[in-house]
Amino acid sequence: MTDSANRAPTLFHDAAKTLKGKITLDGVNVFYGPKQAIFDVSMEIPDRSVTAFIGPSGCGKSTILRTINRMNETIDIARTDGSIRIDGEEINSKAVDPVILRARVGMVFQKPNPFPKSIYDNVAYGPRIHGLASNKEELGEIVETSLRKAGLWDEVADRLDQPGTGLSGGQQQRLVIARAIAVSPEVILMDEPCSALDPIATAKIEELIDELRENYCIVIVTHSMAQAARVSQMTAFFHMGDLVEYGPTEEIFTNPHEPRTQDYITGRFG
Amino acid sequence: MINRTDIQAAVEARLAKRYRAEGRFRLFGILAIIAAISVLVLLIGSIASQSLPAFRVNELTLTVTLEPSRIDPIGDRSEASLRRGSYNSLMQEALRAQFPEIQERSRLRELFGLFSPLNSARLQNRVLDHPDLVGQTIDFTFPISDDADLYLQGLTTTSSEIAPGLLATPSGTSGEIRILADSDVFSPIVSDIRARLTDQASELEDRAARYEIRAASSVGEDAAESLTREAQQARSQAASFRQLASPDSAFVNMSPELPSRLVRMNGGIIQIDRITDSGRTAEGRVFVPLEDTNAGDNWTIWTLDVPQAERRISDAQIAWAETLRERGAVVQGFNTYLFTNADSREPELAGVLGAVIGSLLTMFVTMLLAVPIGVATAVYLEEFAPKNTLTGFIEVNINNLAAVPSIVFGLLGLAVFISLFGMPRSAPLVGGMVLALMTLPTVIISSRAALKAVPPSIREAALGVGASRLQTVVHHVLPLAAPGILTGSIIGLAQAMGETAPLLMIGMVAFVADAPSLSVGGLTEPATVMPVQIFLWSDGAERAFEPRTAAAIIILLALMIGFNGVAVFLRRRFERRW
Repeated sequence: MTDSANRAPTLFHDAAKTLKGKITLDGVNVFYGPKQAIFDVSMEIPDRSVTAFIGPSGCGKSTILRTINRMNETIDIARTDGSIRIDGEEINSKAVDPVILRARVGMVFQKPNPFPKSIYDNVAYGPRIHGLASNKEELGEIVETSLRKAGLWDEVADRLDQPGTGLSGGQQQRLVIARAIAVSPEVILMDEPCSALDPIATAKIEELIDELRENYCIVIVTHSMAQAARVSQMTAFFHMGDLVEYGPTEEIFTNPHEPRTQDYITGRFG
Repeated sequence: MINRTDIQAAVEARLAKRYRAEGRFRLFGILAIIAAISVLVLLIGSIASQSLPAFRVNELTLTVTLEPSRIDPIGDRSEASLRRGSYNSLMQEALRAQFPEIQERSRLRELFGLFSPLNSARLQNRVLDHPDLVGQTIDFTFPISDDADLYLQGLTTTSSEIAPGLLATPSGTSGEIRILADSDVFSPIVSDIRARLTDQASELEDRAARYEIRAASSVGEDAAESLTREAQQARSQAASFRQLASPDSAFVNMSPELPSRLVRMNGGIIQIDRITDSGRTAEGRVFVPLEDTNAGDNWTIWTLDVPQAERRISDAQIAWAETLRERGAVVQGFNTYLFTNADSREPELAGVLGAVIGSLLTMFVTMLLAVPIGVATAVYLEEFAPKNTLTGFIEVNINNLAAVPSIVFGLLGLAVFISLFGMPRSAPLVGGMVLALMTLPTVIISSRAALKAVPPSIREAALGVGASRLQTVVHHVLPLAAPGILTGSIIGLAQAMGETAPLLMIGMVAFVADAPSLSVGGLTEPATVMPVQIFLWSDGAERAFEPRTAAAIIILLALMIGFNGVAVFLRRRFERRW
């Protein structure tokens, strides 16, 4: 069972305490077989803003991220306990179809993984399987809109039939973002989206994230604190499966309350 | 203190040894490859050289007059009437027209032995297809008998021809004649015969001596008695040979146990039966008539080294076959019958068509069953099945099935498909089902490996966009695993194409004279497959089946190389899209 009795409770900054979130995590525990990886995490994630998860390697931030779209279920021995609510609806239950959930919650992975299909088919795949377009024109419009929103349209408009894998790393990641946006999700989860990209591509993605946050709830896992500082409005610091501290980004970086947070931010470990 | 130079020296000393070891290893590798390739070349080369006679055929062309009374008894040129005609006798008459002087029944039978009566079926079919040919004279080409074919290709006997260049006169142009020469031109033959007879006599005497020794040292009385009797027989035979070989005798008889001697003179061929008058006169029988009885000195003595008693083609048939060849009635060409005919009792008419069609139909059924079931099983086990003891158990069993001897599947097919379900024996349908069972483990294992090789990032990407597990597999994983699945399937099918044992068990070993039709109906007709055809031919009594067995092996190898070539091509083509 949970080991949270021995663990320090999360330190919430004031703004975090009164937050009315799009996503609510309540007492979430994740087990890989007998081993517990996440200990009793509770937090509210706001809509139309970027929330960053930071922490040293292996602290569980990717695991928490993946509970939000139930991707942990693809691992046989993983088990998620606790309540996860989006807009008040419980999603961590067998009654909810993960397929529908993942149309509401999109995901961008660390290494860009476009399908080995054409650029058009990459973006069109999601709308196709969910039946979001009733004819070819509508589908084409969705593809164009998504690519424009991802800031990729100008670069690929004349070669939509080329394979998606032929683009550069940064372009591929934007294509993946376009693919995620194409199904009109409410939440976009990003798992270290820039760690495989060069600084210029990273800057473009960060710009994109800034634009996207006006319409989507974005949660980004990053181990670049500079990135978290640049991009996010709320930051959560995780350590060994615990949510240590959670609050507005500025406060966390300028005035961390928890010593562990301070140590991490100043670079003493992690 | 160990200094730098010491270390350096030690390393260098060992370095030479290490490089030498590496050099040796590479040498062994190259030697191994050379050995393997040599064995392969030797094997295939010997089979290929053995098969060459089967790819050549000597065809006889006869001018056949299609007399209406003989082939159209009713007279209305209807199919029923034409089927009652006697076509073989027309062919026999056409051949007789080439050698009109032959009258004796036994001689005629010998002449007609130059071709098989089965050829008349083709003549009948030709008339049935074109009934307007009745009454006309046509040229009909068909293969000569397998023994004559082997002889004409030089595989029956070696021969030599010498021209003495001395004057000789024949006493007649046909029947039994004498050839009179001035000098003892036939003496060398006499000496040769005498020498051979003496050799045979010595051999018999040695054998008799051996039997006598064994009789003396044998235990039982019966054994001693029979051995002594055999020794006596050998001795008396030896004595008679020596008598025949004695130089005192005025004449020497040829015998079928000795090499045959013939004389070619004045356009005719005479078999020597006896030599008299101290080697100046040869008596014999005319096989091919001479043009005239003029004396001449450009005649030849033709020796066939293998005695007539040890061949299946007689001297007369050889003489006629050679004459037909000289007249242009017999021509050697590429043996298309090997590819256009089904199996036959006569080697010259036997072909692989039935076996090839049978193989194609069987492979079709195998592919239809093994590939979809195998790939679906692999997909289920790899993508959907929970990892518990039951699935582990299934996996172990599938892996073990891949190692089960193929004949066991044949027994299963016999017991379940034929006995229990009552399906037709020897049909490509049942053969295909048995082979599909055998190929399934191979397809499953290779498909699983191909599915495992697809990176999980593709699956995550698809799931992340909201694809269901089935959609992920079908839209994303399978297309990427397709090259590996394809290669595995084709390799499994190529293996199945060469299987004999399970098909023997379900009865595809019978002699099947008609090729099954290349259609859905053909699936339930009796058929055979290439490996079984090879097995049947290797068992065939006629010598002419030996090169045909080798030729069928070459054809099967070519088919399998083609199959694997298709696999390589398809794999390359799909792999580019990755």
